[in-house]
Amino acid sequence: WVPVVGLEIHAQISSNSKLFSGSQVQFAAPPNSLVSFFDASLPGTLPVLNRRCVEAAVMTGLALNCSINKKSLFDRKHYFYADLPAGYQITQQRVPIAVNGSLSYNLCVDNKMSQMVTKTVRIKQIQLEQDSGKSLHDDTRSQTLVDLNRAGRLGLFSYFSSPFCVVMEPDMCCGEEAAAAVRELQLILQTLGSSQAVMAEGQLRVDANVSVHHPGEPYGVRTEVKNINSIRFLAKAVDYEIQRQIEELENGGTILNETRAFDAKLGCTVPMRDKEGKQDYRFMPEPNLPPLILYDAKSLPANMNHQQVVNIDWIHERLPDLPSVKRAKLVERYGILPEHSFALLNEDGLTEFFENVVKQTQMKPKKVIGWILNVLLSYLKQHSLTVKESPVSSFILADLLNLLEKKEISSTAAKQVLAELWKGEGKTPLEIVKEKKLELIQDQKELDQICQAVIDGQENEVMAIKAGNLKVLNKLIGLVQRETQGRSNPVLVKQLLEKKLSE
Amino acid sequence: QTVTVEVLDHLEHLALVDFRDAEGVERLQKAIRFADQLREVNTDGVEPMDSVLEDRCLYLREDDVTEGNCTNELLKNAREKVEEYFVAPPGNIPLPKLEERDTFLQGS
Repeated sequence: WVPVVGLEIHAQISSNSKLFSGSQVQFAAPPNSLVSFFDASLPGTLPVLNRRCVEAAVMTGLALNCSINKKSLFDRKHYFYADLPAGYQITQQRVPIAVNGSLSYNLCVDNKMSQMVTKTVRIKQIQLEQDSGKSLHDDTRSQTLVDLNRAGRLGLFSYFSSPFCVVMEPDMCCGEEAAAAVRELQLILQTLGSSQAVMAEGQLRVDANVSVHHPGEPYGVRTEVKNINSIRFLAKAVDYEIQRQIEELENGGTILNETRAFDAKLGCTVPMRDKEGKQDYRFMPEPNLPPLILYDAKSLPANMNHQQVVNIDWIHERLPDLPSVKRAKLVERYGILPEHSFALLNEDGLTEFFENVVKQTQMKPKKVIGWILNVLLSYLKQHSLTVKESPVSSFILADLLNLLEKKEISSTAAKQVLAELWKGEGKTPLEIVKEKKLELIQDQKELDQICQAVIDGQENEVMAIKAGNLKVLNKLIGLVQRETQGRSNPVLVKQLLEKKLSE
Repeated sequence: QTVTVEVLDHLEHLALVDFRDAEGVERLQKAIRFADQLREVNTDGVEPMDSVLEDRCLYLREDDVTEGNCTNELLKNAREKVEEYFVAPPGNIPLPKLEERDTFLQGS
């Protein structure tokens, strides 16, 4: 069986006002407070296009390797629903603003971060379109409450990808690929600033189109899966739907071309109610909006008002480094592994934190990265904190790593200090080291005496080592460590012991 | 060439019009015949127009917040409201199928 998955992704543009009106864009405002007469579809109102939304769409199109249509058109898509007061949605069905792009993303093979494979999904098009309002279903009173804040014209653009992901084994793989692609898109949008793309706040919505077929045969009937609220659920929903279709077909059933909703609690997809057969949207050109014309350096008109001109080349020149470029630069600059760069970019603010620590410490970046990804990040995860909320700043961590680098404390001691620092009581690493007496013993004579004492007390082990069993040396090192309460430098101890044993 | 009952039924569902009587349907037929005259013009190689304003410049607005915040005014015309929400039925109430409807088309 060959599963085929396509995605329709709606991302809310990061802007102050809406796509077609001057109402504010804000999360969680009182119902219907961010609604203008146009948003409420009152007669006599007209849409006025927001320049910022156009720029965001162009930026995104360029970042996704699309061809930007210098002339794009707006259309009306008609359907009836309480949260769509006009009875139609303004979209770009015929000629959208950007087409034919691609998105590269990375996948871990067998869940091993060290083995990454790069895949590409084609982008069919990017279009600007309105969002509808929000309906709250009140089943007890059998009514729907409509809030037009979101609706009515939030700058929204939709990104269509053509079916991707042809995989031999249809189980985990496809959901994972869908999730990885969306994750990368999310990072790109956040880097560009065109959308904050936070799924939990409804800024990114993903609908999945899923079908299965036998190799060599035509594509199967596809279903559309909606109501996916996180990237994790996206993977689950896609995988479930693939399985469901395979089982259905293997049992001699058929797949209906329908819309299904993902039920997060049950982990399955169910047919959506309220969908009356095939929809006829009666697309027609939006008569209130002439074509959207974009310019580039060559076609720039001489006498036009600067504020009315969107220059594709100007936007292109100002594109920031995309995540893939950022990762490559991190690997090159700091000598870290590609999988490290993924982990850094995956957590908001972590790259910056890492670079700040590197700047303030003599410890090599290759060693620092271990402390950031294995130690700091796991602390943050344990306490459900973001990097910004970390009780340990980059300055303090750098301070601690310097102590370690100068061999004033051991690695074990450093971890103890970090645990103490995490309490956020304002003590410096040095203060904690002194308080808990964690300094490495610097006095050679003292160390020497302890080593000698251990050797004297372990006759059997000494004989074994002299006979050639060098592994036993570790036991002696361990004993010295115990004796010094972890305050001895194991490398130094090993040298001393070896020296003594060879005499 | 007449418009079929299926098409008329489809139109009634989509646009919620009610063709009401034979005269209504005939009016539709006449309108189609009238518009069909357009086909007599040879438009090979000519781009269709969207609107007579299509060569105007599409005005781009600056991204400033200039309106909204008029909840009370908006809700004034609402027949039913709950707190500051508009109230609507729980879902679309679909037009019943042709057989079950009391429509002129039934007899056609």
